[in-house]
Formats: sequence, C-alpha cells, structure tokens
Amino acid sequence: MTSSVDTDAGRAPSRAAPAPPPARPPRLTWRQRLSVADVKFSPYLYVAPFFIVFGVVGLFPLLYTAYLSLFERELLDFESTWVGFANYATLLGDAQFWNALVNTISIFLLSTVPQIIVAVAVAALLNTHLRAPTGWRVGVLLPYVASLVALGIIFANLFGPNYGLVNGVMEFLGFEPIDWQANRFASHVAIAVMVNWRWTGYNALIVLAAMKAIPKDVHEAAMIDGAGAMRRFFSVTLPLLRPTLIFVVVTSTIGGLQIFTEPKLFDAMPGSNNGGSSNQFQTITLYMYQTAFGNHDLGYASAIAWVLFLIIIVIALVNFLLTRRLASSGTEDGGR
Amino acid sequence: MTALTAMSGALRRRTVDATGSRRARFWVYGLLIAFLLGSAFPFYWSFLVASRDSSMLTEQIPPLLPGGNFLSNAARVFDSVPFWKSLGNSVIVAGTVTFTTVLFSTLAGFAFAKLRFRGRNTLFLIVVATLAVPTQLGIIPLYMAMSEFGWTGELQAVIVPNLVTAIGVFWMRQYTMQVVPYELIEAARVDGCSMIRVYWHVCLPAVRPAAAFLGMFTFMTSWNDFLWPLVVLNAENPTVQLALERLQSGFYIDYSLVLAGTTLATIPILIVFVVLGRQIVAGIMQGAVKG
Repeated sequence: MTSSVDTDAGRAPSRAAPAPPPARPPRLTWRQRLSVADVKFSPYLYVAPFFIVFGVVGLFPLLYTAYLSLFERELLDFESTWVGFANYATLLGDAQFWNALVNTISIFLLSTVPQIIVAVAVAALLNTHLRAPTGWRVGVLLPYVASLVALGIIFANLFGPNYGLVNGVMEFLGFEPIDWQANRFASHVAIAVMVNWRWTGYNALIVLAAMKAIPKDVHEAAMIDGAGAMRRFFSVTLPLLRPTLIFVVVTSTIGGLQIFTEPKLFDAMPGSNNGGSSNQFQTITLYMYQTAFGNHDLGYASAIAWVLFLIIIVIALVNFLLTRRLASSGTEDGGR
Repeated sequence: MTALTAMSGALRRRTVDATGSRRARFWVYGLLIAFLLGSAFPFYWSFLVASRDSSMLTEQIPPLLPGGNFLSNAARVFDSVPFWKSLGNSVIVAGTVTFTTVLFSTLAGFAFAKLRFRGRNTLFLIVVATLAVPTQLGIIPLYMAMSEFGWTGELQAVIVPNLVTAIGVFWMRQYTMQVVPYELIEAARVDGCSMIRVYWHVCLPAVRPAAAFLGMFTFMTSWNDFLWPLVVLNAENPTVQLALERLQSGFYIDYSLVLAGTTLATIPILIVFVVLGRQIVAGIMQGAVKG
C-alpha cells in the first residue's frame, strides 16, 4: 500500500486506509508501528486459513484431476503414461458412462421436481396460524438427522424385493409387487424417495423463511382486489419466492448430481459398486469411485470426474436461467 | 365511497374465510400430521426391526409394536464391528472439524465483514465462487497425496481436508455484517485493543448464535460424511458410517443386527436434535444454509 504522499493526497482521499498518516509525523513509537502493522496485516491472516485449505484440498486436486485425466495411471503404480485425450475419447464411447449419466439425471429429476413442489406446499401449511409453530418446524426437519448410510440401509430394507414392507403393503392393497432393485426405473424412484425424504423438510423451512419475509400489505392489497387464497398463492406468493427457489434448485443440482451414498447402499449385493446387477442405478460418482478404487484406473476415473464437474456447472447454470423464467411466468407483469 | 365498498368487500372475504376455516384447519393439521408420520416412520421401523429378530420380516403382516431384543441385538453390533472405536473416531473427527471450522469461519467472516484491506472484494468473490465447486470430485489426487504422506487409515486424513468450508465463511460474513456495529470496533480500537482482541471481545460474543448454528451444522455434516472416509480409512479404524456400512456387507444380511446399528448411530444425533432443534430451525431459516 503506497502511503498517500502529498502529490496524490488531493486526488484520492476517500480510499485511504484506516490509519495512514497523511503527512508523515516525525516519529512513530514502536507500539504505534506495531498497531499499524496489526491493522494492515491482520485481515490477511484471518482469511488465510480458508484460502490455504481450499487451495490445497479443493482447487489443487481439481486441477490435478484434469491433468491426471490425460494419463494412463494405475492406483499403486508410480509410472504414468501420457495418452492425451484418449481417456475422453474412450469415455464418449463408453456405454456404462452414458448409462450412469442417464441414471444420475433421472434420479436427480425424480428427486428435485417433486421435492420442491412438496416443500412449497409444506411451507404453505406451516405458514398458516398454527399452534406451537416451532414444534411443527422441528418435526418437519426430523429426517435431516438421519445419516445417509443409515438412510440407505433402512430404505434398502423397506424396498426389499422379497420381504420389504413397501411390497408387502402393495400386495395387501392388491397391486403386483415390484422388484425395486432390479427394475431400472423403479430403482430410480426408490432412490429418489430416499433423497426426498431427507431433504423436503429442510427445503420447506428455507421456503417458509422466504414466505415470512413477504410483506403483509402485498397480500392485503391482493385481498382487497378480490383475490382468493389460491389466486394469492399463485400470483403473489410464488413469484416473490423466486430467488429462494433458484437458490434451492441450484444447491440441489450441485449436491444431487454427485449422488453416491444412496445408490451404493441400495445395492442388493452389499459392498458392490456396480449399482445393481446391470448397473441399472449406478450414478456417475459411483462409477468414478468404482473405476478409481475398484479397477484402479486413476486416469480414466479422473476423466469421469472432470466431465461430471463440467456437467454440474452447465446444469447449474441452465437451472438458474430456467428457474428464473419459470418463476416469473406466474405473474402478468413478469415479476417486476 | 369506493374505499368503503373495498373495505366491505375485504370484510366479507374475511368472514367467508372464517366460516370455511374449520375445515381448512382440519386439512392443514391433517396434512402436517401425515407428513410428520411419514418423516418419523423409517426411524420407528428400524427400531422395530432392531427390537425383534429378522424373522419378523418374513411375516405376512409384520408386528407394529417393538419386541424385547433390542439390547441383545445392540450387543451383537458391538461384537461384529469395532463400534465403540468408530464412535470415538467420529466424535474426534467431527469435534475437531467443528472447532476449526467455527474458528476460521468467524475469523474470516470478521475480516470480510468489518475490516478494510486491499483485495477484499476480489477475495470474497472467490469465496462465493467456491461455494459452487464440487470439491468431492477431487478425491483421486487427494487420495494420492494422502498415501504419499502415509496418512491413509489415519484420522488426520479425514480431518485436514475439512478444516474450514466456504459456506461457513460466507455465512459468518453475512451475519457479522448485520450484528457487529462499526462504532463498537472503533471504540475498542481507541481503548487500545489489538485486532485479535477486537475479534475475541467484540465480534465473537455478538455472532455467537450464528457460530453455534454453524457448529451444529458442521458437526452433523461431518458425522454423516461417507465417501471420503470410505476412500481413505479402513475397517480397523472406521468412523460410525463406515462401521454401519461394514455391518451391512456380507453374504447374508441380518437386518435386526444392521438396523440395531443404524438405531445406535442415530441416537446421539437425535439427542442433539431434540435439545437444539429450535436453534437449528432458526439457523436454517435465518441463513438459508444448505450443505
């Protein structure tokens, strides 16, 4: 930081740091110097841990993954062979990769779309004049305490093909039982149910917070104009929830596309990384894990990771734009 | 005159709402109760199976009341996997990670919110951008680095990558901006406080509610973490989640045993939740944090 000397003292006085002496006083005591240094350097010291940790365990591994994806490299090997974009070329023709991509997106859609609709509905219910409102809010959040592993084990049991409770109830009601693990679409539904079960209440609270922030007079104005409860919900509440819905959708995109624990534990063959006997519910992260730590093919697994990374960024952006448009089409005047 | 008709219209609307309200309230409470039952059921089911033996699963209509076998099933969990050790490991890992995350996040949040320094905005923009970076995808080089250090199988391999998170820094910055007045900081500076003492005596007490929520959130996230511990730890030195996964693998799954394990692993978190549920709800609603 250039201490402002008399030449530019007149030009940029507002940007001066907290304690720069405008014209150098004759002599600073040792304590004063220490104090100036404290003001100058402390902020950097305070933010440094985050940047160091992120750099070492976040940024560097991601960049190194890109570098590694250009090599042929075995897990326990120290030799790597440069192969250029060969891993990516293989990936484009890899049926298992495309299968995993379709599975991931299918599970993601099955878990995001119903989840957000139900979360908004639950938030609307919580936003009425309830007795003991905090109690209900805590109750709605209950599934959030379940660990993903516990959740995966419990739901694998509930959706079990032979003695699972879900099939038992379906048979009792006169439906044909479904093999939730073998059937591709059914397995996606079952995994999406796990995700929805855990996150709907959480998202409902976020939406509820946004609903509470909507000023009362907007509703009153709509009421005086003769809008019924339904109309008010769709024409007033929903458009004003737009920023929150964008936030929820984008965050569930980033998490949802990396889904790993649920499909791994849902497998009828425990410990397997196949995502079902014919990979019917193997997701991309699971495939990456299998390639790296099951097949020991680090180069190829890195290519998978990097492609997933790009997909996540692109889909998060698309979601952002799409949600913005969808949420604004509810109002006649386009939101603003 | 027109104002008057509008008023009466609003009044009429309100009375209509009032007459229809009993049915409406019935639906509101009914739907919420159904939602809560659905939320609680999987927990109850796992306790139910854990308190009986696996043969209950083969029955046409399963019993709906718990049996008396929970303790014996729980004892078998401790025999099958190093469960005490895994609990201890999870407490160490989640405890350390929670402490450092809260410390570093409040420090960085304080600097970003209240101190002026060159490059502040750019650096904060980087923090925001990293919120969207799926760091989970970097596990391959991270694993290579850990084996280089000889850390595989050791707890520090799970602790070090999680010392501080972008969401923590981001959230503490937002909160600090709202609650810490500049006047207080300046007063403390005039009184001769060094920066670190300003942080300790002025900033930290003011942001305590948010820090507490961040701590709980971090603890739960760390407690539930699975992919990275699975990669870098082994069966001899597991976290709770790895021990659970271990219970489930084998040719024949004894569900009374496995679900006794999930119940045992859920109880500590459930207690935390029952005691601190209000604060967690308040934290989520204030900050809209998502992990």
